[in-house]
Amino acid sequence: MSSTTAINRRDFLKLSTSAGIGLVLGFCLPTKKLYGIDSPEAVESFAPNVWLAIDRSGTVTITFSRCEMGQKIWTSLPMIVAEELEADWSKVRIKQGDFNRAAYGSQTTGGSASVRTSYNRLRRAGAVAREMLISAAAQTWKVPVNRCRAENGTVINLDTKQKLKYGELTELAAQQPIPDEVPLKDPKDFKIIGQSLKSLNADLRVNGKAVFGLDFKLPGLLTAVIARCPVIGGKVANFDDSITKTIPGVRHVVEVTNGVAVVADDTWTAIKGRKALKITWDEGPNANLSSEIISETLKNAVEKPGTVLRDDGNVEKAEKESRKKITADFEVPYLDHAPMEPMNCTAYVHENTCEIWAPTQRPSRAHRIGTQVTGLDAKNVIVHILPMGGAFGRRLQYDYVRDAVEVSNLIKAPVKVLRTRDEDIQHGTYRPATYHRVSGSLDKNGYPLSWNHRVSGPGPYPGLITGGADTLAYDIPNIHVDYVMSDISIPTGAWRSVANTQNAFVNECFIDELAVAAGKDPYLYRRKLLEIYPRMVKVLDLVAEKAHWGNQPKGHFQGIAIHPSFHSRAAIVVELNTDKRGGLNIHKVVCAIDCGLAINPDGVKAQLEGGIILALTAALYGAITLKNGRVQQSNFHNYKLLTMRETPLLETYIVDIDEPPTGVGEPPVPPTPPALANAIFAATGKRIRTLPVDIKKLRRYR
Amino acid sequence: MAKINLTVNDKNYTVDVDPKTPLLWVLRDNLGLTGTKYSCGKALCGACTVHLDGKAVRSCTFPVSAVGSASITTIEGLSSDLKHPLQKAWIQEEVSQCGYCQPGQIMTAAALLANKPNPSDEDIDETMSSVLCRCGTYQRIRRAIHVAAEGGVR
Repeated sequence: MSSTTAINRRDFLKLSTSAGIGLVLGFCLPTKKLYGIDSPEAVESFAPNVWLAIDRSGTVTITFSRCEMGQKIWTSLPMIVAEELEADWSKVRIKQGDFNRAAYGSQTTGGSASVRTSYNRLRRAGAVAREMLISAAAQTWKVPVNRCRAENGTVINLDTKQKLKYGELTELAAQQPIPDEVPLKDPKDFKIIGQSLKSLNADLRVNGKAVFGLDFKLPGLLTAVIARCPVIGGKVANFDDSITKTIPGVRHVVEVTNGVAVVADDTWTAIKGRKALKITWDEGPNANLSSEIISETLKNAVEKPGTVLRDDGNVEKAEKESRKKITADFEVPYLDHAPMEPMNCTAYVHENTCEIWAPTQRPSRAHRIGTQVTGLDAKNVIVHILPMGGAFGRRLQYDYVRDAVEVSNLIKAPVKVLRTRDEDIQHGTYRPATYHRVSGSLDKNGYPLSWNHRVSGPGPYPGLITGGADTLAYDIPNIHVDYVMSDISIPTGAWRSVANTQNAFVNECFIDELAVAAGKDPYLYRRKLLEIYPRMVKVLDLVAEKAHWGNQPKGHFQGIAIHPSFHSRAAIVVELNTDKRGGLNIHKVVCAIDCGLAINPDGVKAQLEGGIILALTAALYGAITLKNGRVQQSNFHNYKLLTMRETPLLETYIVDIDEPPTGVGEPPVPPTPPALANAIFAATGKRIRTLPVDIKKLRRYR
Repeated sequence: MAKINLTVNDKNYTVDVDPKTPLLWVLRDNLGLTGTKYSCGKALCGACTVHLDGKAVRSCTFPVSAVGSASITTIEGLSSDLKHPLQKAWIQEEVSQCGYCQPGQIMTAAALLANKPNPSDEDIDETMSSVLCRCGTYQRIRRAIHVAAEGGVR
């Protein structure tokens, strides 16, 4: 059924059209708090943050403030607008807005939030523009608006069958008042939403014309690389740049917060110049830090009670009363994001202006760094957002923006600072390592009577280690979850699906252990404990059905896991098979998701495929380790990514459900590693409680 | 520094650079052809793949002085108008996510198809498994190569 929605006029801004530019509407998307660890932007803003322009040729240009990094929101978000606008999809264009808090409010892109938080507002925006175009047509024909209908970029006169194209109506449409309320379409009449449409701008990604951060050029642009202390947290004691400065093309050598920058005419000269530096480092407090010390610290920390996140019933009492109690420890390492495009940023500080060109998920942070480093007024710091060659959370951080602004501020010239791959991996903002102790007790029927989970990880952000632990969905009468943070000064940050990566591994491996201890089928055991959440059951049933759970071919072994995150629910079945030499292969991964309405189903599937591969990569290979305060991984030979040959068959399914859209980019990640671990148990009887998986029998390719 | 003549995408250039400079940086910094990507700098990921006389080469570790008289093709020169079957297949199969590695994927696949017009899954895996994608587009890359090989783009 179509519905009517009231319009808050403060949410809309109409630009004058006297210049003949057509109809231009600005409207507002809500801002949000990210992971509960950062709040400066979490203020609801009524400044418009999306602009919709229809010009006289009928071209619809949508300017978004949120950023594209491969998640295809530059297609799915315009689809939502175009649906209600009744636009001709072939005439829809997308444009990246610069950072502008007044105009856009929050521009942070993360938390699988873009579609989820924009859906209703984008629909209303499209509907408002549509109604104004219809009013303009009605006025032209001197007929009531209810005798007009919008369709495919035109307004049709229902009586005379005359048509007016949107392009012909924009001037008059812009003079119409913004309506008080607008009808929204009945979802069953959707023509664009729900279709698997091709990405806008796909051409640029196959002809080399896409300009990522690293590709950005300016007249007179210099290039810099920075020599960084190999020990995390170390500083420059002194340096000798005499040889560096003799290299033709080296322009400046300057010391910045993160090391010594060599600025040159081109990249290779900067890299050569850096190699010629002689630097003495003050290695600082981490000089003796190692993964062994971190592991020991985190392990010791679980011995003491932590900050309570959840306390249902009485776990202690339940454990005493239960006849069967199981305890297990789990541990996962630091992970780097390693997007294919290394961190980079371009800045030009000149006179009273600082311009920044950043591939960033969080332009507000880039802006803040600009003002902090230069001391300039906020209005004189301009941030341009460039497309990202992958991000996965890494580009929520601003360390690489600081590099560029500091160097440009010292040399007062436009400069691009890029990281070589070794720097990118060794100076990341890592997914924190965590250690977990979990215990469960069973009732007389084998179902959990209690669940007790303590998370131990590095500080200072609880959100990076606890997410997904306290939100355990299973119907267990006594649940206690707490966490302990240790003081370990390795930079950390959000990594695709944040702490759900660590805690879903623990939750889903351990519930599997309980199921086996109870002698029950892991799928049915979960199903029974999720009966209170019909949407979880539906996802679980779908994945079990599509994976032929329990009916796999002989010599094949399955593991299952489910985890709700970012308002969605995702379930995974990993299927292993054995080869002639007795090795195990990851044969197939089946994924089901309930993400509400799938705006662009093929785009959703692409995210599921990508999320599974990222998660398998982490489960099989992912580990950032430290020795003497130095990250030991440096490139893709020792921080491996899954390859095509190792990629199993991927099958993805979307639950058909009439609910608003929810997150997609992150939810497939958390359940994948535990499903793999549970499949390995099914095949070998060996429980995997640490990652990456260390089991020689597992061959990593089909 | 040395003056070096290069033929890139059928155009002739003379650059004055350190002869040890990897071809990647000459293409990107001197010639402005930024479609060829930097990612690992050690020939480990394939993002920088270009063709030298039709053969796939990793330009991030290939000294410009070693190009000699070979004709270089970059992603910008693969076709002037997205007409290459792989480009069409890539768009049809919605391969790209962030898109950063895709020029290297496409150039590697183009060299494969030039040699083996109808590759098997095994042929594709063999050649393409050394080209990394962090977004996880492998399944679609394999499918797109088959589509291009079979002339199946609508």
